[in-house]
Amino acid sequence: MTREKIYDKLNRVFQDVFDNETLEIEDNTTADDIEDWDSLTHIDLVVAVEKEFGIKFSMGEVRKLQNVGEMVDIILKRI
Amino acid sequence: MIKELTYPFDADEIIVKKRAIKRKLLEDKDNMVSKKVAILGGYTTNNVKNILELFLMANGILPEFYESEYARYYEDAVFGSEELDSFAPDLVYICTCNRNVPFYPEITDSAEEIDRLLDDTYSRFLNMWESIRKRYNCPVIQNNFEMPYYRLLGNSDASDLHGKVNFLTRLNMKFYEYARSGNGLYICDINYISADYGLSEWSDPFYWYMYKYGLNASAIPYLAMNVANIIKSIYGKNKKGLVLDLDNTLWGGVIGDDGQDGIEIGQESSDAQAYSEFQDYISEQKKIGVLLNVNSKNDVENAMLGLQHPDSKLSPDDFICIKSNWEPKDRNFKEIADELGLLPESLVFVDDNPAERQIVTDSLPGVSAPELGDIHERIRVLDRSGFFEVTFLSDDDLKRNDMYKKNVIRRKQSELFSDYHEYLLSLGMKAVIRPFEELYYPRIAQLTNKSNQFNLTTKRYTVEEIASAAADNMTITLYGRLEDRYGDNGIVSVVIGSVSGEVCDITLWLMSCRVLKRDMEYAMFDALVDKCRERGIKTIIGNYYPTSKNSMVAEHYKTLGFSLCSEDEQGHTVWSFDIPFEYSRKNTVIDIGK
Repeated sequence: MTREKIYDKLNRVFQDVFDNETLEIEDNTTADDIEDWDSLTHIDLVVAVEKEFGIKFSMGEVRKLQNVGEMVDIILKRI
Repeated sequence: MIKELTYPFDADEIIVKKRAIKRKLLEDKDNMVSKKVAILGGYTTNNVKNILELFLMANGILPEFYESEYARYYEDAVFGSEELDSFAPDLVYICTCNRNVPFYPEITDSAEEIDRLLDDTYSRFLNMWESIRKRYNCPVIQNNFEMPYYRLLGNSDASDLHGKVNFLTRLNMKFYEYARSGNGLYICDINYISADYGLSEWSDPFYWYMYKYGLNASAIPYLAMNVANIIKSIYGKNKKGLVLDLDNTLWGGVIGDDGQDGIEIGQESSDAQAYSEFQDYISEQKKIGVLLNVNSKNDVENAMLGLQHPDSKLSPDDFICIKSNWEPKDRNFKEIADELGLLPESLVFVDDNPAERQIVTDSLPGVSAPELGDIHERIRVLDRSGFFEVTFLSDDDLKRNDMYKKNVIRRKQSELFSDYHEYLLSLGMKAVIRPFEELYYPRIAQLTNKSNQFNLTTKRYTVEEIASAAADNMTITLYGRLEDRYGDNGIVSVVIGSVSGEVCDITLWLMSCRVLKRDMEYAMFDALVDKCRERGIKTIIGNYYPTSKNSMVAEHYKTLGFSLCSEDEQGHTVWSFDIPFEYSRKNTVIDIGK
């Protein structure tokens, strides 16, 4: 899967979780850019991404996630 | 019922789309009852709360939540807090897991030491339940304990007193004993739910280390559904019956084509065995008061042939309404509901054909029609859905099928009489009308929560509130029980009036729809007038609060001879009745027993 394709899917995941159809994410999107992105929604996001791509994040990966780009990097490595 | 939340559901999809699901559910919020739920958690419960909210709303309950600070469940329960006190919960949910058990037996402990540890651990919880009861007098839901994540002693962990499996099992048994004693404690059986989900997944420690979750994030919808089922059952929102298809639902094959010998039921094949077990399951449902009905596209002769199959577990007698014809199924469904005097949404549609389910749910929104899957999956689907979650089983529940069936006979009888009064007399009705008695508190509370149609104020009560009303000097309480030549209908009507000086204000008046048009409301009114006169009360005030379901009693007080005092924009009417010196009894057909 290309980075672009992952972004397509990931964007839909973000739109679902935040219930916002206009949301657009990019590499350097962080929790500060999305109003509802708090620590609890972060858990939902991890569940959603794991489900969408059929992968499991490790504890270290979840802890270190800084922005969307890093999430995409991990996904790329796993699938 | 909203599709995303109907079992079998996609749990992760619920988590991902919870905001959109909530938005959709909120469209119907005017038809929900509000309840204040306090969650006292032994771990991070935020997501439990969010998902529980969805399942409660899907069951017609609009929750307002209090959530204790992280793992402060014990302190909140035992010492209360200003915030919790002012919140005044209608219900408390203690959401704990086995990580909240502070100490387990040491391998060197003696049996006596372990007994003591067990008692200490139990007392901690007992103390919480009793403190909550004293302070808030409300129902409490308590998680039991899921089995431990590992077994130090291997299989012996189950039988050896030092094993965690053994210890948690004993602790659970003590919880159950208390729950059985009728102190308003309800167990949420996460021991079963986690086993059903898969314990290794349920207890995946990732979620504890990362988020301080007591369970896998993806398992939360299953927990939330179970808690919501207990709550809706406590508030009388269980479903009341099943409407069952026949061909490929109660037996394999098509009776009209395959004939009585050709259908799959009995022990001859694997399919036949599966259908037999499914029928056994349905017949067990009947024993706990679930009303059974048939809605099938068949000539009625063929339907009967199928149900009279020598290996059939169910027989025609087990059903109240059998609609077997070529009418559209939604029309049959509606007629069954009408004949039972129930709202369509209180019945569950069980049909293997997705197209038929669609027709019924499209035309009768609110009706649940689960996706049944293959025959070997159906017991699980119906069972896990929790349509008939039992929190209290009254004698009336156990006799319910019989009572409804007799009602159908009565209706047929009434057609033989040209004069309705004569028909009523022919029923030989006898009623007992008395102030609330302790034995019946649960049944009375149950009625206040499930009667929607003949209900003037739709005020809901818990068992504890019913007990308080009964004990209060300034409250008149009456329950009415009705019997006739076809049998006992059980407790069917409840009136509560609050006394102030020479006025009695009726705060609750309800009647079960299965005794409509039997003049029971007159008998209840006569009894109320008697009680009022004993106390020197001169005026009775009645209120009617309209809901989407109780229009049948909009003119109730007018019919009884009350005069209208006021009416506001919401249609809430207030009525008054001055008790005349010579009051002539309104009921002339029911014998009032002592």
